[in-house]
Order: sequence, then structure tokens, then C-alpha cells
Amino acid sequence: MASILPQVLNLFLQFIDSFGFLVLSAIGLAIIFGMMGVINLAHGEFITVGAYGTALSFHAGLPLPVAMLVGVALTTVFGLILEFTIIRRLYGRLLDSMVATWGISLIMIQGLRIVFGSSLPSIGTPLGSVQYGSFSYSTYRLLLAGASLVLLGVLYWVFTSTDFGTRARATIQNEEMSRALGTDTNRMYLLTFGIGSALAGLTGALYAPTMTIVPGMGSTFLVEAFVTVVVGGASVLVGTSGAGLLLGFINAVFSNLFGTFAGRMALLVTTILVIRALPRGITGLLEDVRGET
Amino acid sequence: MKGDSDPQTSDRVDKRTQPNRRQFLTAAGATGALALTAGCSSMGGGSGSDTLKMGVLEDQSGNFALTGIQKYHAQKLAVEEINAEGGINGQEIEMIAPDPQSDNQRYQELARRLINRDNVDVLFGGFASSSREAIRPIVDENQQLYFYTNQYEGGVCDTYTWCTGAVPEQQISTTLEFLTDEFGDNFYTIAADYNFGQITAAWYRKVANEIGANVMEEEFIPLDVSQFGSTINRIQEADPDFLVTLLVGSNHASFYNQKNASGLEVPMNTTINMAQGYEHLRFDPPALANMYVGVNYMQEIPTEQNRDFVDRFYERWPDADYVGQMAQNSYFTTYLYKQAVEKAGTTDQDEVLKVLDEEPISVEAPEGTVTTDPETHHVTHQIRLARADESHEITFRNQQAVEPYWLRETPYPGCDLTQTTGASEDEETTQYQPQGV
Repeated sequence: MASILPQVLNLFLQFIDSFGFLVLSAIGLAIIFGMMGVINLAHGEFITVGAYGTALSFHAGLPLPVAMLVGVALTTVFGLILEFTIIRRLYGRLLDSMVATWGISLIMIQGLRIVFGSSLPSIGTPLGSVQYGSFSYSTYRLLLAGASLVLLGVLYWVFTSTDFGTRARATIQNEEMSRALGTDTNRMYLLTFGIGSALAGLTGALYAPTMTIVPGMGSTFLVEAFVTVVVGGASVLVGTSGAGLLLGFINAVFSNLFGTFAGRMALLVTTILVIRALPRGITGLLEDVRGET
Repeated sequence: MKGDSDPQTSDRVDKRTQPNRRQFLTAAGATGALALTAGCSSMGGGSGSDTLKMGVLEDQSGNFALTGIQKYHAQKLAVEEINAEGGINGQEIEMIAPDPQSDNQRYQELARRLINRDNVDVLFGGFASSSREAIRPIVDENQQLYFYTNQYEGGVCDTYTWCTGAVPEQQISTTLEFLTDEFGDNFYTIAADYNFGQITAAWYRKVANEIGANVMEEEFIPLDVSQFGSTINRIQEADPDFLVTLLVGSNHASFYNQKNASGLEVPMNTTINMAQGYEHLRFDPPALANMYVGVNYMQEIPTEQNRDFVDRFYERWPDADYVGQMAQNSYFTTYLYKQAVEKAGTTDQDEVLKVLDEEPISVEAPEGTVTTDPETHHVTHQIRLARADESHEITFRNQQAVEPYWLRETPYPGCDLTQTTGASEDEETTQYQPQGV
């Protein structure tokens, strides 16, 4: 018993770590895709902006939490400017928006490299580690998993219980009708894109102390983000958290037993199976279940 | 990117075709004088042009830019120094360095372009072993003299390729003996999942067999992975005496920070970190505390020869962050090529290859004396064991000249490239791997 307990704990910690990573990677993308129908291929670079903002202001002497806020603010402003200048013209043009955001992503990666060089000094991970048996886990990473849960809760509240949330959802469901009822839909799109950007920035800010800060760092979030959104389906909150649970569990089990490579394979195989069996993702499955009862 | 280099190339083509006509037209003019000298010096040139063309493929963007830019800078410095001293045999070096963007397909396109369209006299570069293997068939097919200046997994026995970086028998053998004496026999390997990581891990198994050490477990990690929670747990479970990390690229580099944050304390050994990606300067201490690496170069080497090189490097590139092992290799290899061409008296590639195959050539590099090994097309390096302490200060010990001895061992691999000198029909182009491990 004594030897099995740390193993189980290991699996659990890896599961919530993995869940946090998937949810935080995907949430900004999910909001922009789910609410606005824009596939933001520059999502990874939004995360990078958050991380750069955090790292630069941290090295300029700000305390880490403040530096993270700066990172989030910077990404939000950046997202709003992009929405206002480029994305706004691409609503309803799915393929065009993909090409445009991909271009933005390429420009940003090389732009960051030209301006800041090929790497920024890292930020040491704060908070130390927790010990259990012969194992230990970074406390900060557990905090990240907690942050993803809090974030899901906050978003649920924003989109169900606030005036903004109601108007935003109305805009998604029927743009003309909500305009007729007095909602400034352009403003709704702008704000939604801003929130999506802020969330991507937050992901970058939160992960900045655990990673090497380089111009291409966003790409490591991108696969997980897309996989989570695809498996989750159209509903932002239910889909993202459901996909996070499923994929996080599978990733944790396989990488714990057979190593990182197996974990990744399992993640992608699961995604293929889900797309094949449930084309509308977990959202679709839940809707069917709800429809039957 | 294509748009960048096309005009340059057409410019060069113009220069090449115009001199003869202009000689007649404006014999007294400045352009005429230029064309005249150009006409003279092109007599011995391999491509028949007025300059010596050096193709350089180093990643200036993408996953490997961090090291690719160092290499590009160092090579450019060497070329500028040589040109300032009058070039090679009076010929100025023209360095053509398009950006392969850490992308193997770009490597192939650009290698073809440099060889077939620009007719380069010599080709340099390549970072990842996968990019070297992507272009080596093109190099061999075109009988192109090629210098690969990276530290790598070893084993390339190729008539047209010279590998001037350090190889496993140079970096691993001495280091592993020291580490097993110091910490114990059991080690755990985590390695990047492609030819470099796989073959270097096999080398660790081979050397471990020879000295009676034990590889507890190996894990191969895809290059795009940046989260190491499960890997760290698995290492903790095995509880090794020391950890061998053969991690490549900026994604993998996140391992050290995460290992540190999770409280895993274990001595580490690698053949690649610090000396290439200067992780000891980029990461908050003590992420790399107790990291041991057998290196042929780091900018911290405290010799006067090296201080002088480092000063010149930063004078030319004040914004550079580091000059590492591969950058130094590119630097001295440019001088090595210069010596070979001067000895051959021509840039004709067949002649230069012959000269390189005939007898060893020594160069004074920032690391110390480096000598070529014609049999295997590798070089004898000055190897030092570098260690980072708690505050990431680097200390060196055990400096010794180590030959690249493995490839010429008989019966296997039995590489001997001096049997035929220069280009030949039955040329060897194999990459050998350690057997039976």
C-alpha cells in the first residue's frame, strides 16, 4: 500500500497538470472560435506576447504577479488593435481569416526575434515543490491547474450571469436580431476578441516561469489548443473542460506508464477517434444525451 | 526569402559574364580595371568566377536560430578577417548565406540552389543531424566539398563531407568515466527523438558497456514537447546516480527549469547543452547546477588565445549573446579551408579534397590546436570537461587532445577515406552506427 499510494498520487498530479495545460492552451482559442467563428492561427503568438510581456516587465524589476498582469494587458491591447485593423474585415470568411492570422503569426515570430533576439532570460519557477514518497512536484504547476479551474468558473459566470454575456451570446446566435434589439454587435465582437486575447495572454503569463522564452514558444501550445477545441466541439466551456478532462486523463496515464512519446501518441489517437465517432465533439455528445432524456 | 537572394544572384551572373566584354569597351576605366583583375584571378577558380564562392547554410530563424545565428556570425567574422588580409590566394571570399529556417526541406532546396546555380566552391553549415542527412545525398551526387561544423552523433564516413565538430568518442568516453567514479554506475538517459538523440544514446550504452556502467532507462522525447511533468516523475522513480540529457532545441530546454522547480536534484551530463545554447546564462541558477559536459569549446575557456577571439567576436557583433562550440567550429573550419586551398593552389574542389586527404592539417583554433584526420574526415579536438556550479559559473578540467578514433576501427566500421583521394566512383558515403548495443 505504501508504495502504491505515491504512484496514484503521481498519476493524479499529472492528470491535473495536463488538464490545466490543455484548458489554458485552448481557452482563448475556444472563445474566439466558438463565439466568433474565427480560427486564430496566431493564437500561439498571442500566448508568446503574454509571456514576453511578463518576462520583460519581470526583468525590468516588477514583482512577478504584477509582471503577469502587464503581460495580460499587453496581449489584450495587442488583440484589440488586431481586431480593429484586420480581423474585423474577415468575419464569416473562414479560410481568409486562417491565412491572415497565419501570416500574422509568422510576422510576429520573426519580428520578436529581430527585436528581442533569439531568447529572453528565463524566470525561475516560484514556490518550490511538494514532496510525497520518493517523488516531488512543482507547487507552481499545481497552482496552474487550480488557475484553469478558477478561470472556467469565472467565464461561466461572465457568459451566463452578466449583461455582457447575454448580449455576446445573442450576437452569436442571431446577429441581425440582436442589432435590432439595440446591441452594438461590432462592439461585442471587439470585446469578445479582447477577452480571447486576454486569456491567451494569461496563459503566456502563467507559463512564462516554467518555460524557455523564445519567439517560437507559442507553437508548443498550438497542437494542444487545437486538439482540445476539436475534441471539445462548439460549446466553449462545456467542450473545453470536457476535452481537458478526457485528454488530460489519457495523456497522464500513457505518459506515466510509457513515457512522453506514448502520451502524445495517445492524445492524437484519441482525437482521431473522437472526430470519427463524434464529429461534433463532446459538446455534440452532451447535446444528444440531453435531447434523449 | 526567395525575393531576397534572387537579385543578388542575377547580379553575380552579370558580373561573371560582363568582364570579357567590358575589358574591350572600357579598358582604361575603373570598371575595366576591376574586370581585368577579376579575369586574372579567376584562372584557378573552380567555378571560373572572380570571387571564391562559399555557400553557408545556417538557421537564422526557426527552432535552431539560437545556435544558427552564432554560427553564421562566427563564419562571417572569419570570412571578413580573411578578406581583410587579402583573401585566399588573392581571391576574395563571397559568402552566400540564405536562411534555411530550421526546415529540412528548405535545406534541400537551398543546397541544390547553391551547388547547381551559384556553383559554390565550398559548402558549409547545417545544424541538426536531420538537416545534414537531408542535404548529404545532394552533396554526394554533385561531388560537392562540404564542411559540417556541428558536434554530432558521429559515424559519417563520406568522401565529400568533412565533419569538424566533436563526436561521441571524444565527448562521452572521458566524461562518463569521470562521472561513474564520482557519482556511481547507474544513469538514466533522456534524449531528443531523432537520429541525433537515438544514436548518441546508443553511444552512451556502448561506452557504459565498456566501463561497466549501467543504463537504467532511456526515454526519447519528440522535439515539440515542452512539458516534462511525467518525465521528471519517471526519473524520480528510477532514482539514478546521474542523468544524461540529450535534449535539443528551445522546447526541450524548458526541462531544466521544470526539473529545478519540481525539486529533482541529480548531477547531469550532456554532449550539447551550455556549449551551444548557453543555457547556463539564459536560465536562472541553479537550473543547471552540477551539469557536466565534455566540450571542445565554450566562450569561458580562460586561455589568452580564446580571450582574443572572444573580444574580436563581440567587437564585430556587439549585440550577440554568446559564442559557442559550433560557432567556434565554423570559425576555425573557415581557416582550415583557407589552408587547404592555399596548399592546393586552386579552389578546384577535386584538388582541395585531394590535399585534405593527403596528410593531416593543423589549425590554431580558439580551443587550441585542431588537427584533421584524413582517414575519417573528422578532427582531433582539445576536449575539456566543463561543469556549471550552483551559480552557473563554469570551471574546466582534464584538457586533452582526443582523436576521432572510432570510425577507423577495424573490422567495423573500418572507414578509410584515404584509399581514394579526391572524387572517385566507388566513394564511401555511409553513416555508421555503434553495433550491438
